Amino acid sequence: MKVTIDAARCQGHGRCFNLAPDVFGFDELGNGVVLVASPPDDRAERLARLAQVNCPEHAIDIEE
Amino acid sequence: MENPPVTDFATDWDHTDPAWVHDPYPIWDDLRQRCPVAHTDRYGGAWFPATHAGVSAVAQDTEHFTSRTVVLGNGRPLEDAPPAPIGVAPPITSDPPFHTIARRLILPAFAPGPVRALEPRVRELCRRLLDDLGDATEFDAATQYAQFIPPGVIVRMLGFPEADEDMFRDFIHVVLEGVNHPVEERIEEFAPIEAYITAQIEDHRAHPRDDLTSYLLGVEVGGQPLAPEHVFGTIILVLIAGIDTTWSAIGSALWHLASHPDDLARLREDPDLMPIAIEEFLRFYAPVTMARLVKRDVEFLGCPMREDDWVLLGFPAANRDPAVFPDADRFVIDRLENRHLAFGLGIHRCAGSNLARMEMRVALEEFLARYPHVELTDPEAVTWSQGQVRGPRRLPVRVASA
Ligand code: HEM
Repeated sequence: MKVTIDAARCQGHGRCFNLAPDVFGFDELGNGVVLVASPPDDRAERLARLAQVNCPEHAIDIEE
Repeated sequence: MENPPVTDFATDWDHTDPAWVHDPYPIWDDLRQRCPVAHTDRYGGAWFPATHAGVSAVAQDTEHFTSRTVVLGNGRPLEDAPPAPIGVAPPITSDPPFHTIARRLILPAFAPGPVRALEPRVRELCRRLLDDLGDATEFDAATQYAQFIPPGVIVRMLGFPEADEDMFRDFIHVVLEGVNHPVEERIEEFAPIEAYITAQIEDHRAHPRDDLTSYLLGVEVGGQPLAPEHVFGTIILVLIAGIDTTWSAIGSALWHLASHPDDLARLREDPDLMPIAIEEFLRFYAPVTMARLVKRDVEFLGCPMREDDWVLLGFPAANRDPAVFPDADRFVIDRLENRHLAFGLGIHRCAGSNLARMEMRVALEEFLARYPHVELTDPEAVTWSQGQVRGPRRLPVRVASA
């Protein structure tokens, strides 16, 4: 799995880093950043997908 | 002042109509099926998209819609009345490119780090409010609890005297609920507030400290300090945007728990569910609706919109759209997929959303820790606010400790 955030779309809703704190973090403005592009286990992958479907701006891309 | 009753919300809607204030959801369901963009000649012409897609399209489009004013009313602000392009309350009333600068300035103060640092003080505030209720088993959860939390938080952030919390609450009412008062009256109502904030700013200028006010006074853009009206406008915005909204969100969540014992029990038994439940509270009882003005004549969402028409962005209506949410009209406390728009969408996404979520969580955690059992004393006595911020204003409850 490869996770990316489209910084041009992200508006800092914070859904990703709250739902999947092992995969996503935030910068000083509170916008989302990817901490671990390839989540190491099933649980992290599942949470990354959950973050994706909750992002209001559709800013998260996941390549399986 | 009351407007004439509405006969058909599709062609003559009015968000201040008693039916809309009391229970807007069936109205929006109906509009979604029939229109889905409703129109009214009231307020000089206004549109209301009722779907998630319609609301999103307008919120994301800053080319055809301006945020010059976001509170729908009878008049239109003159182009040059607020100091363009700053607007009265940057960044919410600013358009790009100025918006980008004004927003970047305040975002660091509301980022997760600073919000986390504030949490212990919020918890202490909530506990003190609960202590103040003493042994009472019946009280008003809106006016005696929820209402005090956001002003307490904002006053601490701005570094204003904590003793002034109550005054802010009254002041919010002036701003948000006085929209139908004549202009002269509004200016008069505003004067003491303006004087108070100006005095606070002066005090901070003379004695800088570690708070948001001092930050705004010290920060520079392109080597220049912010214009005085920018500092003033942002403080006003934080007061207005941060208080009524969050009070309403906390109140709605308490209303829900007091009237849905199953969900209350679920949350009591599984406290880890809280963050997920909070997103569902936000979806289901989204408190905030915002307006835009049409910049110039345009055909949008199939509607002939004219320059200076209003568009009301019903984030709460978008959140009930069955095209996006299965069982949209059902509150599902563990709803995992929840792309709600309670904090808006696009460049104006609520700058205070991290703070608001933290306040909601701490307020509910502390309330439930003190009172595991809560119910409405009289459902008929509950009243809901009118206007663009929706939440319970009277919420009589009966509580029991463990
Ligand atoms: C549950 C509580 C809250 C809700 C539902 C809420 C909702 C919203 C919404 C929908 C917007 C978008 C406005 C638009 O598109 O025109 C917004 C903007 C904003 N909110 Fe909140 N808000 C809440 C709490 C707060 C708090 C606690 C603060 C700060 C203390 C805050 C500060 C702001 C600011 C500064 C903006 C303007 C952002 C911009 O224009 O870039 N809000 N809010």
